[in-house]
Amino acid sequence: MTGLAIVVLLSLGRHPATGRPRRNPDDARALATALALAATRSGSRVLAVHAGDPRAPVLRDYLGQGLDELTVLDMPSGSDPLPSLREHLVALSPDLLLTGQRAENGEASGLLPYLLAEALGMTLVPGVVGLDLQGDQGRFTQALPRGRRRQIEARLPLAATIPAGTAGLPLPSFAAARRGRIVSLPALASPDPHLVAIERQPWRQLPRPQPRRLKGSAIDRLKSMTGGGEAKGRLLVDPDPETAAAQILDRLGEIGLIRASHQSVTSRDTDGRTER
Amino acid sequence: MLAGLAPLIVLACLLSGLVAAAWQTRRWLQGAPARVARLQGLIAMPGRYLVDVHQVVARRPRNARFHALAAGGLLASLALWCVLAVPPLRYRPLWGVLALVLALMLMGAISVWRRRQVDRPVELSGGGFDRLPLALLLYAGGFLVLALAELFTGPAATLFSSLGLIVGTFGLAGIISLAIGGPLKHAINGMLHLAFHPRPARFVGGKRDTGLVPLDLASARLGVERPVDFAWNRLLGFDACVQCGRCEQVCPAYAAEQPLNPKKFIQDLAMALAPGASDDAYAGHGHPGQALGSAHGGPGEPLIGAMISDATLWSCTTCRACVHECPMMIEHVDAMVDLRRFQTLELAALPGKAALVLEDLRLTDTLSGRGPGARLDWAVDLRIPLMREVMEAPVLLWLGEAAFDLRAQRTLRALVRLLRQAGVVFATLGPEELDCGDTARRLGDEATFQDLAGRNIATLSRYRFDRIVTADPHSLHVLKNEYPAFGGGYEVVHHTTFLAGLIERGVFGPLSPDGRKVTYHDPCYLGRYNGETAAPRALLDALGLERVEMERSGLRSQCCGGGGGATLTDIPGKRRIPDIRMAQATETGAAVIAVACPTCTVMLEGVTGKRPEVLDVAELLWQAVERGGIAAARSGMPA
Ligand code: SF4
Ligand code: SF4
Repeated sequence: MTGLAIVVLLSLGRHPATGRPRRNPDDARALATALALAATRSGSRVLAVHAGDPRAPVLRDYLGQGLDELTVLDMPSGSDPLPSLREHLVALSPDLLLTGQRAENGEASGLLPYLLAEALGMTLVPGVVGLDLQGDQGRFTQALPRGRRRQIEARLPLAATIPAGTAGLPLPSFAAARRGRIVSLPALASPDPHLVAIERQPWRQLPRPQPRRLKGSAIDRLKSMTGGGEAKGRLLVDPDPETAAAQILDRLGEIGLIRASHQSVTSRDTDGRTER
Repeated sequence: MLAGLAPLIVLACLLSGLVAAAWQTRRWLQGAPARVARLQGLIAMPGRYLVDVHQVVARRPRNARFHALAAGGLLASLALWCVLAVPPLRYRPLWGVLALVLALMLMGAISVWRRRQVDRPVELSGGGFDRLPLALLLYAGGFLVLALAELFTGPAATLFSSLGLIVGTFGLAGIISLAIGGPLKHAINGMLHLAFHPRPARFVGGKRDTGLVPLDLASARLGVERPVDFAWNRLLGFDACVQCGRCEQVCPAYAAEQPLNPKKFIQDLAMALAPGASDDAYAGHGHPGQALGSAHGGPGEPLIGAMISDATLWSCTTCRACVHECPMMIEHVDAMVDLRRFQTLELAALPGKAALVLEDLRLTDTLSGRGPGARLDWAVDLRIPLMREVMEAPVLLWLGEAAFDLRAQRTLRALVRLLRQAGVVFATLGPEELDCGDTARRLGDEATFQDLAGRNIATLSRYRFDRIVTADPHSLHVLKNEYPAFGGGYEVVHHTTFLAGLIERGVFGPLSPDGRKVTYHDPCYLGRYNGETAAPRALLDALGLERVEMERSGLRSQCCGGGGGATLTDIPGKRRIPDIRMAQATETGAAVIAVACPTCTVMLEGVTGKRPEVLDVAELLWQAVERGGIAAARSGMPA
């Protein structure tokens, strides 16, 4: 077995109570996964990348997880990390790209991994909680809503995201944080078009939703709360992409996330995914 | 007549013993360098032995008696042999003196034998220790016969003299072999350990030197990984352990059958001083739930894992009960923390919730993860003045982590009301108060502790106050005993001490007597760490409560199980420590168990079933003040 080149994308998070910078917990778990994987395959390298300020002290916490070196694409806050990351990653051509599901700062749309995977021509497996590699064949355990799990097989190279709230956060070791190095590379600083375009509104209190009275027997109420009831919707096994995409759009229309007709899709988010 | 031969044989044996003992010093000399005032230590050693060691040993008078007879007799007889070896000094009556000394020693040896063979306490070790009484008996008995025979002449005397010499020499050889790496090595190592003790301040006029030693965060290896990473005088201490098992008897984790026996822990450290070490030869109680014979290690090998399990390390509540009982003055807690420092700072390997809580602490400066901005949420209605508004106040009230705990907030409210009632002018740091760092430090996270200490000291330096009052003994200990090493030096007073002083001055007016039966639980960090056991009791007595003591109280009190981050590492045992403590409280028949620490409050209140009510001393006092006020108001009303 040959060594792997594993790229991990690490962002800065925010502590929910104090707003202080911290590791993004999902990214920290992605890094832990990468380090554990690299330890099982000799010759593997973990290439950790952060786009932002190389002087941010919290970056040392990632080093404290046992990382020897962290590459920082130096750019001011509010920049769009995508162009620089794309360029950097294409040059690295990783076997595996790991990162948390979404950032805690900035746009935090969770789209970055998809866009990067697309640029690198990789498959992306979202929500990975378990990973087993044999040669270049990977078996992934994917977390689905309400605690369900699914096994997926896919071939390297590929990208995977680690979902929020899985196992505990690894504590950084002070000694390893002290030993690790941060390598800063000058990077393109293009302002994030989305953050520039959006309108900002002050926070306001929304009316509290009325709790829904649950009806039926105790077992029904329990089922409706735990989601153990009958699955709604249709299950398509191995559909052709056309049908699948049409179904997704219909569903999005049904729940009111997009306007019903395919033509009226204007949101940038859905653009990327429904391209034909 | 063997008058000339016997002393020479004894001295020859002794000399070879000394050579072998000198060779044994390599066991602990392989430790890391330590700064020790050697000469002063050697001069102070006899005093430390006669005062400090005696204080510990005298808690068990029977042991003290047999030890004085056996050890004193042995040492005195050896001194006499030296005199008798010089022909011009060999006066015949000296044989009589030797006989007297040996007779006393024989009495001691018989006690030792009885204790080992007849009514043997369970905490004692076997192995080499079982051969000890025989060696002592042979030495004392054999040479007693010889010494008596030397007072007479004639063939019978010669016969007895030779018989005595043979038997006594056997005994002496046994004693010497047991002193080389055997049970009697405690005599030599114990003396040296007393002289080169890592905490010499312990022995100075009733001081309690309990603050942890700061770790240099710039050093190449943080904390202790291998035996050789300990300072040599620490290794000497471990090697001095006499396996008396007193620490085992008082350890709360051992009582709860968590996998920690402090005696075995110290023995693990001592055994690992030899290459290819294993615990095969250990003949005492092990760590509960762990089979003997599986531990192995060596001076240059990592301790945690093969020699000592990490569950053992993380079971300790840092209560210092073991240190308080140890007649060899060994510092168990220092060793625990040194090992934890390596696990935490180098390996980041902590069990249970400890890692998550430490991460929260680093990011919010509070263990609760809620941030100092929320520290006064419970007190919005009390409008406690903030230091940053008033800039100075006679009393700075340090709130601690209690401010985030619903139960402990009730105590704080009582305390604040009492201070108001007494007209004490006080203020708090409020949102500027960061966690004191106690838990981080006991969990080995010295980096976070030093960071918090530095920032708290910087904040405190901006304000003027006479003293800090706190209801949390852990904060008290850290602020008072551990911050000085980082540039902070404050008068820190526990709320029970402060309130007892106020009562003495009569500021609370009439206190309506409370007839309930109460027992007081001493917090480890107030009693053993800071020596305060009197003030809370005086306060309870002033309230007219009927005070009864638990079997273990004062400086020998038993821990509630909440110290040292033990609630976070949460190592399972067969019982829970607070349940054990509560059973002791229930046994007294008290209706109330008075506490003086937010951690004890939470731990003891977590005990289910029928039990005494848990109330902080401040709450009891506030109840009395309130009742007294109502009574006064009533009697003042026109009838
Ligand atoms: S400090 Fe307390 S818990 Fe720790 S070993 Fe000593 S007696 Fe046991
Ligand atoms: S550590 Fe101290 S108290 Fe414990 S067995 Fe050894 S000598 Fe006795």
